[in-house]
Amino acid sequence: MKAEWRKRITLPRVAAAAALVVLVCLSLLIGADTLSPTQLASDPEALELLLASRLPRTLAALLTGSALAIAGLIMQALVRNRFVEPSTAGTAQSAALGILLMTLVFPAASLGVKMIGATALALLGTSVFMATADRLPVTQPHLVPLFGLVYGGVIGAVVTFVGWQTDLLQFIDIWTNGEFSGVVRGRYEFLWGAGIMVVLSWWIADRLTVLSLGREASIGLGLDYAWTLRLGLLVVSVIAALTVSVVGIIPFVGLVVPNIVSRVIGDNLRASIPWTALSGALLVLGCDIVGRLIRYPYEIPVATVMGVVGALLFLKLMRLRPSHA
Amino acid sequence: MILIEDLSLAHGGTPILRDINLTIDRGGIVALVGPNGAGKSSLLSLIARLRPLQTGRVVIDDLPVTTTPGRELARRMAILRQDGVFAGRLTVRELVSLGRFPHSQGRSTPQDRARVEEALAQFGVADLAERFLETLSGGQRQRALVAMTFCQGTDYLLLDEPLNNLDMFHARHLMQSLRRMADEEDRTAIIVLHDINQAAAYADRIIAMRDGRVVADGTPQDVLTPDTLAEIFGYRMQVTQIGGKPLVLHHL
Amino acid sequence: MHKRRLVLLAVLAVVSVAAFLTLGLRGNLAFVLQIRAVKLLALVQVAVSVALSTVLFQTVTANRILTPSIMGLDALYLFGQALLVFLLGGLGYAAIGGGWKFAAEVLIMIALAAVLLRPLLTARLDMSLLLLTGVTIGLLFRSLSQLLFRLLDPNAFAVVQAASFANFNALRADLTIIGSVVTFAAAALCWHLRHRLDVVALGREAAIGLGIDWSRTAALLLLVVALLVAVSTALVGPVAFFGLLVAALAERILGTRRHAVLLPAAALVAIILLVGGQAIFQHLLGSASTLGVVIEFAGGIAFLLLLYLGSRT
Repeated sequence: MKAEWRKRITLPRVAAAAALVVLVCLSLLIGADTLSPTQLASDPEALELLLASRLPRTLAALLTGSALAIAGLIMQALVRNRFVEPSTAGTAQSAALGILLMTLVFPAASLGVKMIGATALALLGTSVFMATADRLPVTQPHLVPLFGLVYGGVIGAVVTFVGWQTDLLQFIDIWTNGEFSGVVRGRYEFLWGAGIMVVLSWWIADRLTVLSLGREASIGLGLDYAWTLRLGLLVVSVIAALTVSVVGIIPFVGLVVPNIVSRVIGDNLRASIPWTALSGALLVLGCDIVGRLIRYPYEIPVATVMGVVGALLFLKLMRLRPSHA
Repeated sequence: MILIEDLSLAHGGTPILRDINLTIDRGGIVALVGPNGAGKSSLLSLIARLRPLQTGRVVIDDLPVTTTPGRELARRMAILRQDGVFAGRLTVRELVSLGRFPHSQGRSTPQDRARVEEALAQFGVADLAERFLETLSGGQRQRALVAMTFCQGTDYLLLDEPLNNLDMFHARHLMQSLRRMADEEDRTAIIVLHDINQAAAYADRIIAMRDGRVVADGTPQDVLTPDTLAEIFGYRMQVTQIGGKPLVLHHL
Repeated sequence: MHKRRLVLLAVLAVVSVAAFLTLGLRGNLAFVLQIRAVKLLALVQVAVSVALSTVLFQTVTANRILTPSIMGLDALYLFGQALLVFLLGGLGYAAIGGGWKFAAEVLIMIALAAVLLRPLLTARLDMSLLLLTGVTIGLLFRSLSQLLFRLLDPNAFAVVQAASFANFNALRADLTIIGSVVTFAAAALCWHLRHRLDVVALGREAAIGLGIDWSRTAALLLLVVALLVAVSTALVGPVAFFGLLVAALAERILGTRRHAVLLPAAALVAIILLVGGQAIFQHLLGSASTLGVVIEFAGGIAFLLLLYLGSRT
């Protein structure tokens, strides 16, 4: 029994746990008012700041990061293409359009109701993308993400157009340019829903692995293909809607994290989902901390930092895997 | 027993299968032979419910394929397609384990794991168990896929040109494994074969197709005659006998 | 047949120009007309430079779905701009003359393009990988520009917003003269090279076989493309799919890729869309800044259709 325990403590796990602890501590202490551990013990106001702002922000970054990475992973299994993720498949932009339309049509509705609208539109936008991606030739694996990027851009243009016409551009920036500086207690709790989606995806991990083998192999193994596909789409759409409306679009997380994890662990989702979720959380929290430090005491939005870091990583990944995606 | 009744299939106006009626009893090896485009793979896909039926009926052990839950069917019938699986970075063991999915839904029991090891050993891929599929050669990958299909542990195996990519040693080994499975466990294999002499040596029954129709159906001795072969493949070939089995000199 | 269609396009272009100048005139006529004339000049420059740069780029790369902005050239230009602002500071940047600024920005852009994009174009990548890499490089430099702006002025929300979409209403007037010179010179050069371009369009090997000095010609053409992209981006900001839309439309209308016809046709189509569109949006609909988004939308759809149909055949 004890040996069994020992075996579970491997070097990568210890390193990941240590990185998580370090980043969380940094995130709790760093900000416009830097806190020190001693302050926390003595100063009740510092403690309040920690509980009302820093802790929610840290949790939000962790939840968002893991959920986005998982959404990318699921998307890649559904489309069977390594180079797609919600923000390069029109999902995130559709979610932004959804929440924009809900804000216009039902301005009095609660955030939860608006998110249902955002989820619905994310589902619709992604379904259109999937239907098209299905008809593109499999021999050109880069065509699908290219199509998705431009498709997302077109939906983004619609969002901007509507925003312009209705004087909501300020809001649109909030939804399309992800940042955590506005996250405080009471304004992030919906993200726990994204966390639940991560757990759900782990629960159905084996089904998703079978699904990633393709339609015929799935049916041959007795998987209810259509149903699992829809469930996966729903999980991706819910994650997109929740993260977009609470923190805004953060690019590349869902693209680079699953690809890197897959290099090391492979595509058996039962094994890779925990690592993908953890790495996504670490990456987003790390980028958020960088954004807080680089122009201290001002903040650079996490989406901007991720735009640079993620694009570089993605270019590297594409170079490493030139032909078969 | 697999029952196929009045099965027809057309794709964009072109008929692919015309009015197929077959009964395949449990136990034994059935070989599907015929020239390219005869409809063998389509027939296999329809039996395995990979494509929706247009007309007719397919029943597996009293279960109609159109209405039976997929999982129920997957415990009775496994299919290996010619184009194989589009697997990414899965190890051989992970892939073969997925053969147990219909039984375990991913929560594998010690029993499942034992069957996985058995299949890995049986098809000579135990040494490759931790390798990612993308690092294997075509033949090694084909053996992994065959192992996965066997591992599904079903009464019926539908194999679409399983000898593709296999060298002579492994092709013979696979056919012998199927033979043993049919004889000792009373299981059934329906195989699309291009090498007519493999069919001659191992099959109990040969179903020959051409232009979407069944043109001959019987034991190897019945079907593999110069006249019938000419009707199937469009040219005459010599047939001799070796060890009581017909041998078709199709290349001469 | 080509001639009649070209004349028709020219007439439509003139109508668009007239509409832009005269629709909804009010107040001091001379003053309003003068302002509109300056704006018109800038719009025509943008139209011509986008049209020419796209056609040239497609010719050099022998690829009808590529455009300079899809490969991220305009993002490189904007990054040059951001880098300059960052290095000189906001005040220092404002202090130097428009011409020097433009020259410095173009230099940064050409240097980056030579380092990053040229190897891509010569590496004979599969088309979709090339495009995807280009798009990603564009995204990277857009983020880098944003980062620089934020570093300089953390509250500069407006700058970042403005830099992410083309705005045909807020033109940089100080650049119209340089822009005119560059655009006119480029147009004259294109016209001079029109027959040689037909050979270049056959691709590298065929062109060399027909006696073209490939590396020199390609380098010259790419330099012209870079200058033209710089002009249009400096004037209005990035226009991702406008060029593609224009080139595809011109080819569809004329049914040829002969440059003697295609180049003027593309320029005319661009003028019709941009000047006519701005006339409608600004003077009739009263929403001056939305044309950019509408053109992006239409151009994006055109790109998706080309990609989809192209991959199916």
